[in-house]
Amino acid sequence: MQRFRITYAKTHKLRYTGNLDIHKIWERTIRRTGLALAYSQGFHPQPRLHQASPLPLGMTSRCEMVDLWLTDDAPIMSPEQIQQALGEKAPAGLELLNVEVIKLDAPALQTQIAAAEYNVTFLDKIDPAALHDSTKMILTQSTLIRERRGKNYDLRPLILNLQLPQNDPPLLTMQLSACENATGRADEVLLALNIEPALTRIERTNLIFKNG
Amino acid sequence: MVLSSSEIDARLERILYNVEKPGRYVGGEFNQVVKPWDQVDTHVALVFPDIYDVGSSNLGITILYQELNCRPDTLAERAYAPWLDLETAMRSHDIPLFSLETRHPLSSFDIVGITLPYETLYTNVLNLLDLSGIPLHSKNRTENHPLVIAGGHCAYNPEPMAEFVDAFAIGEGEEMVHDIVDTYRQSKNDHLSRSQLLKKLSTIAGVYVPSMYQVEYREDGCIQSVEPLLDQVPRTVRKRIVAKLPPPPTHFLVPSINIVHNRVAVEIMRGCSRGCRFCHAGMVNRPVRERPVDEIIHAIDEALERTGFEEVAFLSLSSSDYTHILELVDRVSKRYCGKHLTISLPSLRIESFSIDLLEKLKDDARQGGFTLAPEAATDHMRNIINKPIPTEQLLDMVKAIYSRGWTTIKLYFMIGHPSETMEDVRAIAELCKSVISLGTKTIGRRAKLNVGVSTFVPKPHTPFQWVACDPPEIIEAKQQLLRQEMRAPGMKFNWTDPKETLMEAWLSRGDRRMAQVIETAWRNGAKFDAWQEYENSAFWLAAFEKHALDPAFYVHRQRSLDEILPWDHIDTGVRKSFLMRDYQASLSGELSADCSQQCHACGILPAFSDIEIQQRDNWKCPQPDNSLGN
Repeated sequence: MQRFRITYAKTHKLRYTGNLDIHKIWERTIRRTGLALAYSQGFHPQPRLHQASPLPLGMTSRCEMVDLWLTDDAPIMSPEQIQQALGEKAPAGLELLNVEVIKLDAPALQTQIAAAEYNVTFLDKIDPAALHDSTKMILTQSTLIRERRGKNYDLRPLILNLQLPQNDPPLLTMQLSACENATGRADEVLLALNIEPALTRIERTNLIFKNG
Repeated sequence: MVLSSSEIDARLERILYNVEKPGRYVGGEFNQVVKPWDQVDTHVALVFPDIYDVGSSNLGITILYQELNCRPDTLAERAYAPWLDLETAMRSHDIPLFSLETRHPLSSFDIVGITLPYETLYTNVLNLLDLSGIPLHSKNRTENHPLVIAGGHCAYNPEPMAEFVDAFAIGEGEEMVHDIVDTYRQSKNDHLSRSQLLKKLSTIAGVYVPSMYQVEYREDGCIQSVEPLLDQVPRTVRKRIVAKLPPPPTHFLVPSINIVHNRVAVEIMRGCSRGCRFCHAGMVNRPVRERPVDEIIHAIDEALERTGFEEVAFLSLSSSDYTHILELVDRVSKRYCGKHLTISLPSLRIESFSIDLLEKLKDDARQGGFTLAPEAATDHMRNIINKPIPTEQLLDMVKAIYSRGWTTIKLYFMIGHPSETMEDVRAIAELCKSVISLGTKTIGRRAKLNVGVSTFVPKPHTPFQWVACDPPEIIEAKQQLLRQEMRAPGMKFNWTDPKETLMEAWLSRGDRRMAQVIETAWRNGAKFDAWQEYENSAFWLAAFEKHALDPAFYVHRQRSLDEILPWDHIDTGVRKSFLMRDYQASLSGELSADCSQQCHACGILPAFSDIEIQQRDNWKCPQPDNSLGN
């Protein structure tokens, strides 16, 4: 078997495609190339594709990652060959940035991610001073209880960093926890700041691995 | 003022984040065709008037999209009905209905082509025209509005929608669509007026322009006459067919979100020789034409390479009747073995050979459940509907299915067939109980049976077109009986809401006067009728009352054999005299043999006698019996 790690950008209309559907898009993109994608054993074989960290619907990203496995029968491929093959068959909005070979016994991608960074820009003019204040407010609080899908949770410990550099136009950046059971959502932070997420553009800019 | 595509884009991008499944509205699928708007002359919008999830896999739209986009002079883009949440937002932000590809407003297209696969979409059509800012009524449209064309199975009775549609395309679209676009372009070059264009369209084979006909009614509400208003307009419009099926489409759009039927679909055969008397599709899609096995396999190869789909479905009205079904299944199962491809083969006959076929197709074919449609449970009923399957044969098959590894069987029945008694209905429950007890005996409590019982609607152009629907209280009583009787561990029973059945019945059997009812029902609030039949029923009944029309007149009235039916001027190639003969055979419980075995002179051969004899050689019609007047 061969295992590759693909870093890709998710842009344009694909931001309206959710995580499960992105999984399907990857499976079909690989099937179109004719590369021998490996499937799990058992009664319901699943493609051996592992995504790093689910990206919520509506956000774009320049740092998505997915690991894929090719079967034992597949010819040995270089990362360049994989990148070219996939690049030709990927749909608009899915842009290959990097492919690397990964050791077969390396830990699962999803378990290695610690945090994610986001950029937020605004469709309309906003008052940077007011945003500055509300940002500060949140950072001084020790808890920030929010409700999502009928459950209360504390958003504050998931916010690792939040800042509003004095840019023009204003740009809000944040670093949120992205561990498997402690994932912060950028749109939740915006709602806590009284900002309507629909009137912003949220882009994931970086995935931060555990242990550096 | 009409918004530009960039203005629509800007407004939409502020609201999509907050609607359910925004991926429905953005297009961008792999294999989508986007042409430069300003460099192409003729712009066609293809509309499926239901949500994207339901409509985007429609094979008819897929075919037309490909046919039209192959023309350098034409572009085709798609549009679907927005779900209620987006519609509300669109109306409050003044966003007109737009195409997925380039977000152009529908009103800026030259031609808007709408498919009508089921009647419960009629109010959606009005809603979409309204959302587009296109006048609802054909007569109020000017040179500045798109030409509105409708096609699909409902177009065989176009009358209820006649006021809202400029021209109907009756029958198969592969060739007709080019004639329509050519005629449109020629008329535009010649600076013809809208009414001159409509006249020209009415002379294309298969095209019906309702405004060219005058309908008169008798005092009793039945039709007195349907007269063309001009000499060159044909008295009856015969459906269009392709003599030979062209190679199937392979450029399927690969949706970026999950949809219904997310797969490659290959039509292996068109038409059906069975002659089930309730079946609209079986009557209007004659003659039977098959695609060669090589062509099908080539198409699968090409489609898989282009799409990466992991599922292929073979489509036809009766897969078992495809002449080379065994060869096809053998070759396909060998060719794609180990490639993680699911192959589905719906519409199988009730015979053990069908189990062999499904077993060949997939190692784990059994996970899906095995579907059979006996439709009726007594010999009496089966003879009437011309679908003879002995109970013993069905039970043998059921036993074989359970013992060969399937745990779930799905059975489909209909109630309300002509001359059905409560005993015939009770027999459905008895048969189902025998099936589940056979299952339990064979594989124990793992055995499951899902039963779907719909209610019969007598469809135009079928031998039952004269028959009345059961009155609502009878339907209720029959369903109540089934609810009481269909109780056994492992068995699930689903039925159709009688309100939905009645809606389907008056819409499919209506005449031109139904247009006002449809419009008023829509103004009252009816839309997505198949989704919310319960809520919408009151809107419909109020509309009937307002226009002093009676649903019972359309639905519960046995029509006399000499009545002019609203759809009589639409010619499917099957003669009314044949339908009448077959209806009378039904009344005396007489079966009509499969027409691949014996010709019943339905009229399809003489109707298309202008098609070259070599082309007709691939039709599955046997030598006609001349004594029957062929």
